[in-house]
Amino acid sequence: MLSLYVPGDSIVHRLPAGPKLLALFAASTALFAVSGIPIHAAELLAVAGLFRAARLPWRDTLHQLRPALIFLVPIFLFHAFVTDWRLGIETVLRILVLLLLAVLVTLTTKLSDMIDVLERALRPLRHVGVNPSKAGMMLSMVIRFIPLMTREAREILEAQRARGLDRSALALLVPLLIKTLKMAGDLSDAIEARGYDPETVAPVWRRWG
Amino acid sequence: MTTRDMTFVALFAALTAACAVFPPFQPPFVPAPIVVQNIGVMLAGSILGARRGSLAMALFVVLVAVGMPLLTGWRGGFGVILGPTGGFILSWVPAAFVVGWLVERGWSRLGFWNLLVFNVIGGISVVYLIGIPWLAAVANMELGKAVKVSTIFIPGDLAKAAIASFAALIVKRSYPLIRA
Repeated sequence: MLSLYVPGDSIVHRLPAGPKLLALFAASTALFAVSGIPIHAAELLAVAGLFRAARLPWRDTLHQLRPALIFLVPIFLFHAFVTDWRLGIETVLRILVLLLLAVLVTLTTKLSDMIDVLERALRPLRHVGVNPSKAGMMLSMVIRFIPLMTREAREILEAQRARGLDRSALALLVPLLIKTLKMAGDLSDAIEARGYDPETVAPVWRRWG
Repeated sequence: MTTRDMTFVALFAALTAACAVFPPFQPPFVPAPIVVQNIGVMLAGSILGARRGSLAMALFVVLVAVGMPLLTGWRGGFGVILGPTGGFILSWVPAAFVVGWLVERGWSRLGFWNLLVFNVIGGISVVYLIGIPWLAAVANMELGKAVKVSTIFIPGDLAKAAIASFAALIVKRSYPLIRA
C-alpha cells in the first residue's frame, strides 16, 4: 500500500492538486500567525466541515491520525504540568487542525497528480541547475523501487534468520547494500535500453507521445 | 548526472523507506519515537557522497511531504513535516550533505573511526541542531526542555552511527562509489 488516496467524486476530490497543495502551505503558515483557543476551535469546526464535504470514511481518517494522536496527549500533559493548561489546549488544537488538513489533502489527491505538481513547481529552478524532468523521473523511480527494496530486505531477513543472524544489524544491512549497488547497474541499463536519455529536457516518450 | 547516478539516488531513497519495516520504539512522555530509519541518512551520505546523498534524502522528504506513508509506523503527509518532529526529518537533507562532504574530503584515508566522527557530526549534530529548535517552536516548549527530551535518543543514534560506519567501510572496499 503506497498511495493513501481514497477514490471519490466530492468537491474536495475534484479540486486540482496544485491549488490544494498551495492552500495547505498557506493554511499551515497562517496557523502559526494566529493564537487563541476560540480561533483554533473555529478552524477545527471548519476543517470538520471540509471532511464532511469530502465524504471520507472515518476509518481511513482515524488510521492516519492515530500515530499523531499518541503524542498530542504528552504535549498537553507537558503544558498542563509545566506551563499553563490553556497553552496546552491551544497547542494541541493547532497541531490537530494542521494534521487534519494534511490528512484531507493526502486522502483526496492522487499521487501521480502530486508528482506532476511537484515537477511543475520545480520548473523555475531550471536556471540554477535543477532539471525538473529528471527530478520527476527520480521521484517515479523511488516509488517503483520501494516495493522492490522492501522485498529484498524481507528476503535477507529470512535468510539471516535461518542462520540465527537476524539480530545482527550488520548481517542484515551489508548484504542489502551490496545487493542495492549491484542492482543499480542493471536497472540503469534497463532504463536506457527503453530509450531514456537524461540529457533531453523531456523523456523521449513524452516528446513523441 | 547520468542515468546510473539517478538510479543510485532513487535506490537509496527507497532503501531509507524500506528501513521503515523495523518497528519504532516509543518512550513515554517524549514526542518523538526512536526509529531505525535515520540510519539511511548516514548510509546515503557516507556511500553516495554529498550531492547524490542529499538528493536521495530530498526525494524521500518530498515523497513523505506529499503524503506517502514512508516513515516508520506508516506515517507521512505534510502534517508530519510541519509537526513537532518535522525538523528532524527535514534535517536529513543537510545532514546527508555534511556526512557526504566530510567523507569525500577524507576518502583516501577513510577508516572506521573517522567515518564514525563524520557520521556523528553530520548524522547526529546537524539533525539535532535543526530538529530541537523546531520541536521547541512547534510544541511551545522551552529550548532547554526540548534539549533534555532529545538527549535520550543519543545512545541509540550513536549505535546507529557505529553500524552505518562499519557498513559503509565494507561497501567502500567492495563497491567504492565516491572516487571509483
